Amino acid sequence: MKDYSVKLSGVTKVFEDEFTAVDKVFLSIEQGEFFSLLGPSGCGKTTILRMIAGFEEPTSGVIFLNGRDISKTPPHKREVNTIFQNYALFPHLTVFENIAFSLRLRKKAEREVKNEVGKMVELSRLFGQENKYPHQLSGGQKQRVAIARALVNKPSVLLLDEPLAALDAKLRQHMLVELDNIHDEVGITFIYVTHDQNEAMSISDHLAVMNEGKIVQKGDPIEVYESPRNAFVANFIGETNFFVGEVAKTEGEYLLLRTTAFGDIWCYMDREVAEGTRIEVSLRPEKVKISKSRPRGDHKLRLNILEGTVDETIYLGNHTKYTVQTRESYMKSFKQHARYLLDEEIIEWKDRVYLWWFADDSYLLQETGGARSDEQK
Amino acid sequence: MNRSSLPGIVYSLPGIAWLSFFFLIPYIIIIIYSFLTPGIYGGVTLPFSLESYTRMLTSPGYWELLWQTVWISVMATVICLGLSLPVAYYIATSKRKNLLLTLVVIPFWTNFLVRIFAWMLVLGRTGLVNSFLLWTGLIEQPLQLMYRPATVIVVIVYMYLPYMILPLYSSIEKFDFTLLEAGMDLGANRNEAILKVLIPSIKGGIIAGVILVFIPALGSYAIPDLVGGTEGAMLGNLIAKQLTVARNWPSSSAISMIFLLISTLGLLVYLRMNAIQARVRRFRVREDYMKEQEQ
Ligand SMILES: Nc1ncnc2c1ncn2[C@@H]1O[C@H](COP(=O)(O)OP(=O)(O)OP(=O)(O)O)[C@@H](O)[C@H]1O
Ligand SMILES: [Mg+2]
Repeated sequence: MKDYSVKLSGVTKVFEDEFTAVDKVFLSIEQGEFFSLLGPSGCGKTTILRMIAGFEEPTSGVIFLNGRDISKTPPHKREVNTIFQNYALFPHLTVFENIAFSLRLRKKAEREVKNEVGKMVELSRLFGQENKYPHQLSGGQKQRVAIARALVNKPSVLLLDEPLAALDAKLRQHMLVELDNIHDEVGITFIYVTHDQNEAMSISDHLAVMNEGKIVQKGDPIEVYESPRNAFVANFIGETNFFVGEVAKTEGEYLLLRTTAFGDIWCYMDREVAEGTRIEVSLRPEKVKISKSRPRGDHKLRLNILEGTVDETIYLGNHTKYTVQTRESYMKSFKQHARYLLDEEIIEWKDRVYLWWFADDSYLLQETGGARSDEQK
Repeated sequence: MNRSSLPGIVYSLPGIAWLSFFFLIPYIIIIIYSFLTPGIYGGVTLPFSLESYTRMLTSPGYWELLWQTVWISVMATVICLGLSLPVAYYIATSKRKNLLLTLVVIPFWTNFLVRIFAWMLVLGRTGLVNSFLLWTGLIEQPLQLMYRPATVIVVIVYMYLPYMILPLYSSIEKFDFTLLEAGMDLGANRNEAILKVLIPSIKGGIIAGVILVFIPALGSYAIPDLVGGTEGAMLGNLIAKQLTVARNWPSSSAISMIFLLISTLGLLVYLRMNAIQARVRRFRVREDYMKEQEQ
């Protein structure tokens, strides 16, 4: 049997007030991977991390670290270190002493302490900050101290609880790259908690999407983005359009979906569905083309074409997000601007437009019940 | 008139006036008295003399009593601190903070002297403790629980415990408990985390509590007078005796000066300590630099 770095087997946490924060979670995290736990606020991400770190005891289920059951091991004996949501730097100690904290506990010689802390200062680029106190540091610097302090111990797993949440957007991007570099350099397992799907997508080897204490889907970022399991995942990982309807007929690899909101739509059939079944389909907005002129229809490609009025445009520089009203419903379309002011067709509010996409670009959700057809806007 | 244009000193004037009238001026009077000659029926007369001080400092009885006073106060403070830390921790993390805090201050609703008398009823020869022990047959003769230094310590601890609990509580209440978790996460067991993270973070509360207990304990008069007897006497009793029985005002004033001295010394040490720490830190940095140069 393969030894995973961290393995959760049917882990459940019920708090005293009978609230089930984590519900029968199974997770296998490989040695050295960057794993993200992604989910909305209150879905139980922190609780899972706290159970891995040892601050909460699972109500049932077992947690393995490097193949060993650690359910009964106290936090200070687990080879796991945490970067807390608010950093939790010791206010009475300097940066140097914060980083040296775990070395001093293990009574390391002064020389070794200096050496190890020096390495961490270099790794997290904290030169010249060693004698400052936490309250004298900027947000990004505090973040680096927290990383250095957690890594100096050479843990086998590093837990990060929304470490970038307190930083501004620009710095967040920067620190994300830095975290990635540090991960490459130290080569240990990182378990990263966030509710920001962009962060999780860009940095993880694998990720798990959670909702209400349950894992809804796990996989690598491409898998989860391109083939979301249900409407919750599709909506949480990026934006999407949903179609809800009945399968009117099937033709080879394609099916015709009869919806009340958008009429009949051709979809690629990536799994067997019988005629008459109710299904949900997700279509990413960046796959929906938008133009003022009607595209040439092509039955072989199963092109779907809808007509509508632009209801909202959000210009974002490199691309624009359009919301288009078609019949009674709304659809989203994202358009990349390669030659915006040169020969690109400019589309404005209230313009009559055509939305079109290939049947291959939509994806049948495996579970239904999440999306409502009138929930488009 | 614009409020903000008033200098800060104006607002502190009432406080300064109060302290001057009721603290500073009396203290100056005591200092002056200690250098005068005792009058025949009490009071003081000229000329100035160092007599009170030389007599005090050359009397072995005085030194013994000073030693006992400091020792009793230190013990009482240490015991208060030891008892209050877990209590304050418990209250600060409890869901029923307000109820527990009320319980801590309830004893203040009863008069100070009445509470000392209550202890006499508990610890006396025919008191509660002795009656109980006699009844169980553990002892045949009542124990001598009163009129010992330990009796004084117990009652001082009882009286001043709330003064230790309250400042500790307020600093623990502000303490960020994820810091304790961070400590444990980094390899400290519970006790190490409390010692290395919690205690340094609530240093302010500990210092406040120690001052609030130690200083009044040092000046105890009623407690040793009622439950200490001759064995458990403290300087406060000597001052009173000099004043009322011996009618030697300069002598009792001179003895009082020792409290001023101890408190001032304590404060100076505390202030110096911070300065010394900063200096040691700077020195270490320099030393490290020199070592690096040598390599
Ligand atoms: N000690 C506790 N007692 C009772 N309920 C708790 C406790 N700790 C957490 N919860 C509940 O468990 C749920 C999950 O909490 P958790 O902190 O794991 O959420 P999260 O996913 O980390 O959210 P966020 O993104 O806001 O940090 C929440 O509904 C929370 O109210
Ligand atoms: Mg959280």
